[in-house]
Amino acid sequence: MNVFASLTQGLGTRVDGAGFVVDLLLRTAMAIGRVPRRLRFTLDMAFNAGVRSLPVTMVVAAFAGAILAMQTGIELRRFGDSSVLGTITALSMCREMGPFITGVIMAATVGSSMAAELGTMKVSDEIAALEVMSVDPVDYLVLPRVVAFALMCPLLTVLSNLVGIYGGSVIAEHNLGVSPDLYWVSAREALTSSGTMLPKEVYVGLFKAFIFGVAIATVSCASGLRANGGALGVGLAVQTAVRNSVILIIVLGFIVTWFFYFLTG
Amino acid sequence: MIELRDVHKRLGSRQILAGMTLCVPKGMTFVLMGPSGSGKSVTLKHVIGILKPDSGSVQVDGQEVPTMDQRQLMTLRKRMGYLFQNGALINWLSVADNVALPLREHSRLGKDEMKDRVHEVLSLVGMDHAAEQFPPSISGGMKLRTGLARALVTNPEYVLYDEPNAGLDPIISQQIHELIVEVRDRLGVTGLVVTHSRACAVQCGDRIGILEKGRIGVEGTVDEMTHSDHALARAFLGGGAD
Repeated sequence: MNVFASLTQGLGTRVDGAGFVVDLLLRTAMAIGRVPRRLRFTLDMAFNAGVRSLPVTMVVAAFAGAILAMQTGIELRRFGDSSVLGTITALSMCREMGPFITGVIMAATVGSSMAAELGTMKVSDEIAALEVMSVDPVDYLVLPRVVAFALMCPLLTVLSNLVGIYGGSVIAEHNLGVSPDLYWVSAREALTSSGTMLPKEVYVGLFKAFIFGVAIATVSCASGLRANGGALGVGLAVQTAVRNSVILIIVLGFIVTWFFYFLTG
Repeated sequence: MIELRDVHKRLGSRQILAGMTLCVPKGMTFVLMGPSGSGKSVTLKHVIGILKPDSGSVQVDGQEVPTMDQRQLMTLRKRMGYLFQNGALINWLSVADNVALPLREHSRLGKDEMKDRVHEVLSLVGMDHAAEQFPPSISGGMKLRTGLARALVTNPEYVLYDEPNAGLDPIISQQIHELIVEVRDRLGVTGLVVTHSRACAVQCGDRIGILEKGRIGVEGTVDEMTHSDHALARAFLGGGAD
């Protein structure tokens, strides 16, 4: 009976938390018209998010591209067809690795600090102070952060993609014996050969990054706004924010890929 | 007028308010005292609509607060100021910007008028010299005075003070008490003060109520309460109190 009760309670807490995130997302979407009023704060947030995530994202992206080229190159060499290494690295980075790496790094660096900041505000009554001044915390605190993430995540993803492809080229040249010309021609062809301005891989990847940005910011803000119980509560809010963001990045990444490549063809 | 009738509130497993009834007529300052955890701050949060009662009625000027929608609550809150225990200032805004926040969000004042108004209230609380400083670099007393300036900047009809002298030295405490009296006398503000301090209660209050078991155990004018034989009144307001 106790096990059943605690399971029910645990499930109830999670459903409650998920409901809070969805409600926060809807309220943020409804407040979108107020972005011009919060423009300065939004740009500050975007700058902070970009600057704080950039170095780590670039390092991780470079190594991810290198690992991708290495793993793929080993197999391609067995079949004697290393000429497509650039294509595979470029498309994999743009479609999956770039947005994924950027999302995870942003969740770990900026998302966590966002949850800590809002959590501290919550436990020190600053959120309540905004409410009693009739300042909507969603409009004042959440909206600028969500918009900043929705802008910066795709932007950083573009840089991740480029750095990752470059990381792959270094491995291709030095470890797999693929000439830089061949690698870059192959990568460029993959990214320019479609009939549209950008190949599907690029815009699907950027769309993913946009979704990740919105999800990370919303989840992190929600965790902060639900914090209670002093410093311990803030710590738990950070933990929840990062854990839920990473889970969402993986699940949403799967759903977007499935939608664009299996549902709509 | 602020009026609570038979308010019950449970938080987790604890019954915080159990039949809480109080009335604060316009222009009066009511001081609410009681042991820690007795529900004083919870009472204030009911008045401003942050918490809803499990049962009972909370009214401001005859309007039922718990049944208000978000828009009505915002309208009500624009007529109220609230001083939090630690000031609850926004850390990334300067003292002046913290005080200006409610004006920026709700008033149609021009930049210069807003600046003048902010400096007027900062002068009132003796914080004009620290207008450009940020909350992490000022003392607890300065935070509290800034919080008070922010509560007063919109010329509210009501101000709710949550421990307005907690952690302050006697000199600053005295200044805060005088400010509370001044805003009542000069601006006609109705006040509800939560405090443990005898000095605060005696200097600021028109009436004093002491909480016991989730409701007002004893209530009266300052004179009645300081001369009362009731055990609670003697504990909180007797000669040895404070």
